Amino acid sequence: MIEVNNITKSFDDIEVLGGVSANLEKGKVNFIIGRSGSGKSVMTKCIVGLHEVDSGEIVFDGRDFTHMNRKKRKEIRKEIGMLFQGSALFDSLTVEENVMFPLSMFTRTSKEEMRDRANLCLQRVQLEGKNHLYPAEISGGMMKRVGIARAIAMNPKYLFADEPNSGLDPQTAIVIDNLIKELTYEFNMTTVVISHDMNSVMEAGDNIHFVHEGKIWWSGDRTEILRSGNQQLDEFVYASKFMKQVRDNLER
Amino acid sequence: MASVFGRPERFKIYWRQIVFEVDKIGVQSIGIVALLSAFMGAVICIQTAAQIESGWIPAYTIGFTVRQTTILEFSPTIILVILAGKVGSNIASELGTMRITEQIDALEIMGVNSAGYLILPKIVAAVFIMPFLVCISMFLGIAAGAAIGDFTNVISMADYQYGIQYDFRPYQVGYALVKSVVFAFVITTVSSYYGYYVKGGALEVGKASTQAVVYSIVFIMIFNVILTVFLLL
Repeated sequence: MIEVNNITKSFDDIEVLGGVSANLEKGKVNFIIGRSGSGKSVMTKCIVGLHEVDSGEIVFDGRDFTHMNRKKRKEIRKEIGMLFQGSALFDSLTVEENVMFPLSMFTRTSKEEMRDRANLCLQRVQLEGKNHLYPAEISGGMMKRVGIARAIAMNPKYLFADEPNSGLDPQTAIVIDNLIKELTYEFNMTTVVISHDMNSVMEAGDNIHFVHEGKIWWSGDRTEILRSGNQQLDEFVYASKFMKQVRDNLER
Repeated sequence: MASVFGRPERFKIYWRQIVFEVDKIGVQSIGIVALLSAFMGAVICIQTAAQIESGWIPAYTIGFTVRQTTILEFSPTIILVILAGKVGSNIASELGTMRITEQIDALEIMGVNSAGYLILPKIVAAVFIMPFLVCISMFLGIAAGAAIGDFTNVISMADYQYGIQYDFRPYQVGYALVKSVVFAFVITTVSSYYGYYVKGGALEVGKASTQAVVYSIVFIMIFNVILTVFLLL
C-alpha cells in the first residue's frame, strides 16, 4: 500500500498540488483521474520521486520515501515498475534487450536466465517472437505491451501506468486495461493508473481518486463514481455522450 | 557532476557502453578526420610554398611549417573543434531526445543512476579515443603535405623530410595530446549538460544541440589559450 499524506508541490510559485492525500491499496488497480492540467501526472511523479515534494509525505508499505536518502530510495525504486505514456523504450535496444535491461542492471543471473525471464514477460503480454525487433519497428500498442513487460520483469511490488491507453484504438486499449488488471491481481501489486479515459476507469478501476485543481476532490470505487453527487466529477465523467447514456439507462 | 562520477551499478554494463561509445565517437569519426587532415596538410604545404618564393628562405621551411602547424594547432585544436560539431551535437540531441521521451525518467525509476550510465561512458570513451584521432590527423596531415609537395614539385622529398625533422621537440606532441584529452572532456561534458537538462520538445532539443556545439567551441578556445600559456611558455 502507498500512503500519500498531504503533499504539496509548486513550480515557480505556481501551486500544482495543494495538499493531496490518498491511500493507494495493495492488490487493486488505483486510478488517478482528472482533466488535463489537473495535477495528476505531477502527483504520480512526486510519488515515484521524479519530483521532490515541497511538503507532506509518501509512505511505501510503512517506509517513508520522502525523507529517505538516495541510496535507500534506490532500493524502493527497484520495487517499482512504470509504464510511461510514450512507452519510453530505449531506442537502441531490441524488445528483448529492453525487457532484460533492469535484470542485467540489478540481478546477478546468467544471460540465459535473463533471456528466459524476458521471454516469460513477453509471453505474458502476448508478444512472443518479437524479441529481436527494435521499438521503431513495432506499433504503438506493442510498444505499450513491451513497456508493461519491462515494468514487470523485476517482479515489482508497485506498478505505475501513465495514460496507458493514450493514442491506442479502443480494442487495443481494452487489451492493455485487462492486462494491467490481470497482472495486478496475479502478482498482488499496488497498481496506480493515471488516466482521463472513463472507459478504462469503468473497465479496470477498483479505487478511483479524482484530482481537480491540485487536490483530491473525490475518492471511491467504480460503482459509486456514477452517482457521486460531486459537480466537478460529474462534469468530468459525463463529458461524453456515451457516459450520459450509461447514466440515463441507470436512471431508468 | 557528482552523480556522473558516482559508482556504477554494474561495471560490466558500463564497460560495454564505453566500447560502444568508443566506436560511435571515435571510430566513426576517422573518415572525416582523415579527409580534413589530408586536405589541410596539402593546402598548408602549398600555401607555405607560395609565401616563400623569394629564395632566401630555405625550402625545408615548408616541411617545418606543415609539421608545426599540424602538431601544435590543426590536429589538436581545429580537428577537435570540428568534432565538437559532429560529436557534440550528436550527444546533446541523443540525450535531449531521451529526456523528452521519458527514457531518462525510466532509468531513474528503475533505480539506475541515469547521469552516470549515460554520460560517464561518453566522457571516458572520448578522453581515451581522441588522442588516437589526433595522432592519425598529425600523421595524415604531414604525409599529405609531403605527397602534394612532391606531386607539384614545390619542394623535394629530401627537403621536406629535413624540414619535418628540423628542431623537432617531442614535448610538443605531448602538449598536443594533453590538449586533445582536455578538449575531449570539454566536448562531452558541455554537450551532455545541454542534452541531459533539456526541457520541452523537439524545438528545445534542436536549441540544446546548437548550444552544445557553440559552448563546446567557446570552452575549447578558452582552454586552448590557458593550456598554451601553461604548457608552452
